[in-house]
Amino acid sequence: MMAGGYSLWLPVDVSKHGFEIDRLIYALHILMAVLFVGWGIVFAYCLVRFRQRPGHRADAVVIKAKASKYAEIGVAVFEAVLLLAFAVPVLARVKNQFPSEAESEVVRVVAEQFAWNGHYAGADGVFGRTDPKFIAPDNLIGLDPNDPHGTDDIITVNELHVPVNKPVIVRLSSKDVIHSFAVPALRVKQDVIPGMTIPIWFEAARLGEFDIQCAQLCGNNHFKMRGRIHIDTDAAFAEWKKSKAPGEAPKVSEEDFQL
Amino acid sequence: MSAATHGSHAGHDHGAAHGHDLPFWRKYVFSVDHKVIGVQYTITALVFLLFGFSLMMIMRYQLAYPGRPLPIVGSWLGPGLVNADRSLSPDGYNVFGAMHGTIMVFLAVVPLVVGGFGNYVVPLQIGAPDMAFPRLNAASYWSYLSGGLVMFASFFMKGGAAQSGWTSYAPLAVISPGQTVWLLGMVLLITSSLLGSVNFIVTIVQLRAPGLSFFRLPFFVWAQFVTAFLLLLAFPPLEAAAILQLMDRIAGTSFFMPTGLVVSGQILPTEALPHTGGGSPLLWQHLFWFLAHPEVYVLILPAMGIVAEVVANNTRKPLWGYRSMVYAIIFLGFMSFIVWAHHMFMTGMGTKLSLFFATTTMIISIPSVVVLTALILSLWGAAMRFNSQFLFALAFLPMFAIGGLTGLPLGLPASDIHLHDTYYVIGHFHYVVAPGTIFAIFAGVYHWYPKVTGRKMSELLGRVHFWPSLICMNVIFLPMLFQGLQGLSRRTYDPLVYDAGQAVQGWHFVSSWGAWILAIAQIPFIINFFWSAVAGKKVSDNPWDATTLEWAAPSPPPHGNFLKSVSVYRDPYVYSPPGRPSDFWPQNQPPED
Amino acid sequence: MSATAEVIPHTVEPHPVTGVYNGKFGMWLFLASEIMLFGALFSSYVLLRVGSAEWPHGYSVLNVPLATVNTMVLITSSVTVVMAWYCLQLNDFGKARLYLLATIGLALVFMVIKYIEYSSKFEHHHYPRTNLFYGLYFTLTGLHGLHVLGGILVFLYFVGPGAGMWKTDPHRYTNRVECAGLYWHFVDLVWIFLFPSIYLL
Repeated sequence: MMAGGYSLWLPVDVSKHGFEIDRLIYALHILMAVLFVGWGIVFAYCLVRFRQRPGHRADAVVIKAKASKYAEIGVAVFEAVLLLAFAVPVLARVKNQFPSEAESEVVRVVAEQFAWNGHYAGADGVFGRTDPKFIAPDNLIGLDPNDPHGTDDIITVNELHVPVNKPVIVRLSSKDVIHSFAVPALRVKQDVIPGMTIPIWFEAARLGEFDIQCAQLCGNNHFKMRGRIHIDTDAAFAEWKKSKAPGEAPKVSEEDFQL
Repeated sequence: MSAATHGSHAGHDHGAAHGHDLPFWRKYVFSVDHKVIGVQYTITALVFLLFGFSLMMIMRYQLAYPGRPLPIVGSWLGPGLVNADRSLSPDGYNVFGAMHGTIMVFLAVVPLVVGGFGNYVVPLQIGAPDMAFPRLNAASYWSYLSGGLVMFASFFMKGGAAQSGWTSYAPLAVISPGQTVWLLGMVLLITSSLLGSVNFIVTIVQLRAPGLSFFRLPFFVWAQFVTAFLLLLAFPPLEAAAILQLMDRIAGTSFFMPTGLVVSGQILPTEALPHTGGGSPLLWQHLFWFLAHPEVYVLILPAMGIVAEVVANNTRKPLWGYRSMVYAIIFLGFMSFIVWAHHMFMTGMGTKLSLFFATTTMIISIPSVVVLTALILSLWGAAMRFNSQFLFALAFLPMFAIGGLTGLPLGLPASDIHLHDTYYVIGHFHYVVAPGTIFAIFAGVYHWYPKVTGRKMSELLGRVHFWPSLICMNVIFLPMLFQGLQGLSRRTYDPLVYDAGQAVQGWHFVSSWGAWILAIAQIPFIINFFWSAVAGKKVSDNPWDATTLEWAAPSPPPHGNFLKSVSVYRDPYVYSPPGRPSDFWPQNQPPED
Repeated sequence: MSATAEVIPHTVEPHPVTGVYNGKFGMWLFLASEIMLFGALFSSYVLLRVGSAEWPHGYSVLNVPLATVNTMVLITSSVTVVMAWYCLQLNDFGKARLYLLATIGLALVFMVIKYIEYSSKFEHHHYPRTNLFYGLYFTLTGLHGLHVLGGILVFLYFVGPGAGMWKTDPHRYTNRVECAGLYWHFVDLVWIFLFPSIYLL
């Protein structure tokens, strides 16, 4: 038998917004349980009470079941409350209300079959221009060699570093097919669609190292498209950035890209 | 229609007599009789159901024991599908995954509930001699079979079968092998559906027996009626999408291909991929889900119809809230056209649009709650007869409830952030379709088998089939909800790659064993199905003391269905009427009796 | 005709409530699905065009005079098919056949003009893959052309092997021509949308 866990509930949450999503998931499962148990009690009672037996004839007269109407209205109201009071505000905050770039760490992530390329602006704080025509084995995201802003940029493969307690904006784009940037521990998920750049943001609340998954089928090695996101202290993050030689192509093994 | 010179021709040669004159191949193979076509659909689709299930059983081995060589089947599979050590390859996994979905939805479940049950039962339940267009009906079956054979043949072609998921998202589907044949197969299947749906609507509107008003129709007929409209109007956009994707693949257009793609390190256009760009990958998703969400209701509505029939018959009382159920499914049908983008919450659409689709999604959950509540309340005051079909119909109720309820967290875009594209989604829709619709299909088989063959299926084997199936279905799908909550992405060939996968790997093991035992649990059904046709207990025309019209015909019904014309005098489910000694009052029995 | 068709109610006579016979009802439903098909393609056209930075004007790259002629040809053929049905109602099969042949002839003219149009595009190395505009142009007009082709086959059947039904069941034959006419009007209508949206805008 394989070693393997039997976890029943949500994974650890290290983001500042995640508790709101978790709270919604809790609330929904409570609603689901209440409804299911409610139906179940009526159901089980009927199964026991209304069996066919000698002398018992079904009662064809329609019962007036106000309860069902109340149940249906109750469900509708509960759903409306969940939608308007919980889901919408969370969604608006997570997807729309972006922090200012000045106060945030901005990272570009360029997805491809089958890896996540990270792109940091480097010391000058400005991303070098990129164009697909410059893409080459030693220039994975197609940095324009003529753009001076690009010379100090940092490129990583399947490895992101972000500071703790500081908003992080990730600009997602794809070189080839649709991928989906999913970090369960940060309660983050966003499809990465070729031809578009889609920003997301989050703020990590705890240090650690977590999985980046690809959540959208992207080809035969979709399952191998695993990255790691490191949540560092400010100092460690700055140290890591410094340790990266600017403009140096990341070391890539064949494994990362095999088709 | 004013050509009054020639009147219409009377049906001088009665169909019943005519049926005997036909040679074997006209009567049983290229037949235009709705009953033969219904049986053809049922058997073909059951074979595909087993085939689609087998693909999944192979995938489940890889999930339970990642990387381990496949026992027995490993040596049967071609080199593309397995690795050198005979373990399932990632390509094989994706091929099987895509084809499992395609086969189960388009070749197994829909053809069973619509092509099989719909074809056989609808004309009988409305007192018609056949479908309105018998030859169109046959064309629909043969088009379906051709589509199925094309899909099946694609496994043996160069490049293999499709491997981009049953959703076939572009650009991946445009650049992956096997997809062209898949699209051609889909065009045939869509054609089949369109022919079928036109036929169903015309039949139900035009051929009802005298006295059979719309609100006297059995609920099953209503379900088929709404389903036919969904098929008629939702499939063409998928056909359009298939045509566009086909053009992308064979003519090199770029409808779904944006500018500046880099595939295998080369910027497009290249010789192999001549796409110049400018297209939109999201266009495919919109067109696809515009079909595929109504398709979900195509999978479930006829199942609800079957369950309603079986529940009314075996509780020996009328359905509770028949009219509200009818209104609910009509509303469901309309709403199903404006919820499609809830499958696309993670594509980066705006909050306002998300809110719109989340709202419509919450609204569409209400009619489902209405139908389910009505079916459960129908049990109140019953005199239940626990035969095999009733057990399956009863099991449908809580299983469908779990399937429906787990849709809620996916329908709200905020909770969907965590659960989208995880195993939670798989658990959710399988609860709807597998222990939901497929249990309803089993209920339908046990219920109508005596009508088709004149014999009953074995109750003992029915129970041996039912209990392990019910347990296994839950053993398979409940763990998937836990895996999804942990955040494990679906379509992951080797779940151990991810932390989330390791945290829930044990559940994969449980699921897989559940699936294999479920397969064993189907053996009694298969035996029952064939053995009862020759050795089952012979029964009367109306063995279940049912009220609807199909039971007024002989078993099996002859060509032309009814020996004398039928008229309808009352509602569909007049069971245990007060003041009458009998506990059922057939629709066609004149009130003077 | 097969015996099954005759025992099915309303194959020829209209249903008292709906007022139509089965075939006509079925044709309307089929056309509803066709509207969804072309509707989806037109929506795709609009979406792709709106999403594109640049888009050629149809009149600057396509042959508008030829397409105008084709529009007239198709509209005329819609008239001839109605005339065929009208003559059948007057019990004049000979004339009806002439009108059906005229319809086929016009449809063939349409296809020949289409062929000339396509050939000149290919000569200039304009293929579906050239850009989105040509992709849509070929896909939409090609699919419409397939519908025209289907119509030609149906009408050929009516004047050829299917004509025998006029003798055995004229009412039903007339109905068939009416249904085919409905389809033909729809094909015409699609062209009337295609022509301005692709050639003129």
